[in-house]
Amino acid sequence: MMRYLAPLFAFLVLAAFLLVGLTLNPRQVPSPLIDKPAPKFQLNQLQESDKIMSSDDNLGKVWMLNVWASWCVACRDEHPLLVQLAKTGFVPIYGLNYKDERTTAMQWLKRYGDPYTISIVDSDGKVGIDYGVYGVPETYVIDKKGIIRHKQIGPVTVDSLEKTIIPLIKELQQQA
Amino acid sequence: MVRQLNGVTKAAALILLLFLLVPMTGWSKEAIPVAEDPEVEKRMLTLTENLRCLVCQNETIADSRADFSNDIRREIREQIKANKTDPEIIQFLVDRYGDFVLYNPPMKATTILLWFGPAALLLFGLISLIMYLRRRRVQIEEVSLSQAELEKAEALLNEDKKGKNV
Repeated sequence: MMRYLAPLFAFLVLAAFLLVGLTLNPRQVPSPLIDKPAPKFQLNQLQESDKIMSSDDNLGKVWMLNVWASWCVACRDEHPLLVQLAKTGFVPIYGLNYKDERTTAMQWLKRYGDPYTISIVDSDGKVGIDYGVYGVPETYVIDKKGIIRHKQIGPVTVDSLEKTIIPLIKELQQQA
Repeated sequence: MVRQLNGVTKAAALILLLFLLVPMTGWSKEAIPVAEDPEVEKRMLTLTENLRCLVCQNETIADSRADFSNDIRREIREQIKANKTDPEIIQFLVDRYGDFVLYNPPMKATTILLWFGPAALLLFGLISLIMYLRRRRVQIEEVSLSQAELEKAEALLNEDKKGKNV
C-alpha cells in the first residue's frame, strides 16, 4: 500500500507548492518600509514652485502620498478615483510628481482634475528611491506619527479602496 | 505645371530638396563618455551584477536598460563617490526595496527552505534509493534453492548446452 501512496503524496506536495506559486504576483514586491517611518524629504511644490513642502508638515494627520507622472498611463486609470476621493475630504492626498516636466504635469492636472492637496516635485527620482518606488503609480498611507502603514503598488482601484485603504485610514484616524 | 519649370527653378527646387534631406543624415557628435571614472564604473558594475532590477525582474541592474536601473546605477555611482562601502550601498538598497533586490538571498528563517531545500530533497532521494536497493538485495538473497532444485536446474542447463552443441 505504502509504495503506491508515497508517490501520490509526493505529487500532492509538489502540486500544492506549484499551485501557491501560481497565485503569487511577482510584480508585487512587499515593501520593507511598511511600519517604518516614512523617509524624510524637502521638495519644491509643483504649482507654487518657490514653496517647499517637508514630510514633517503632515505629522499629526493621516495622509496619502500618491506617486504620479503625466507620462504614466496607469496613473490616468486611477486618477478619476483619486479626484472622487479627494472631493469627499476623507483623507488628504499629496502627489509626488515623479520624474516629470513641470509644464506637462501642470497641464495634466488641469485636464484631468487635481485631487492633490499639494503636489511636490521629484524631478530626478531621488525621493522615489528613498520610498522604494520602482513603478508609477504607487500610493502610500502614512499615519499620524509619520509611519508608513500601507503601500499600494499599481493603480488604486475601487476594490483596493473599499477593502484595504479606506478601512485602514479610518482605523488610523481614530488612533491618537 | 511641371513642364513650365525652367532650368533655373528646377535647379532651385533640387537644391531645396537637398537641404530638406540634410536633417535626415543627422549631425554626429562625439560619444559621451559612460563615466568619468573607470574605477567607480567597475565597482558599480560588480555591485549591480548581483542586484535585481525590480521592473524587469529576470535581469540584473547591470544588464537592464530600464529607467529604474538607470536611476539605481546613478545612485550607486554617487554613493561610491561619497566613499560608501559596498555593504553600506547594498544595505541602502535592501532598506528600500527589501531582500528581493538581491540575487543572492541572505540566510534567514524565511529563506531556510530556499537555501537547504534542494540539498535536503537530494539527500532524501539518495536515502530512499539506498534503502530501496538494500531491501531488494535482501529479497534476492532470500531465494535459496533446495538440493533437488539445484540438480534439476543443472540438468536443465546441461540439456540446453547439449542442444546447442548438436
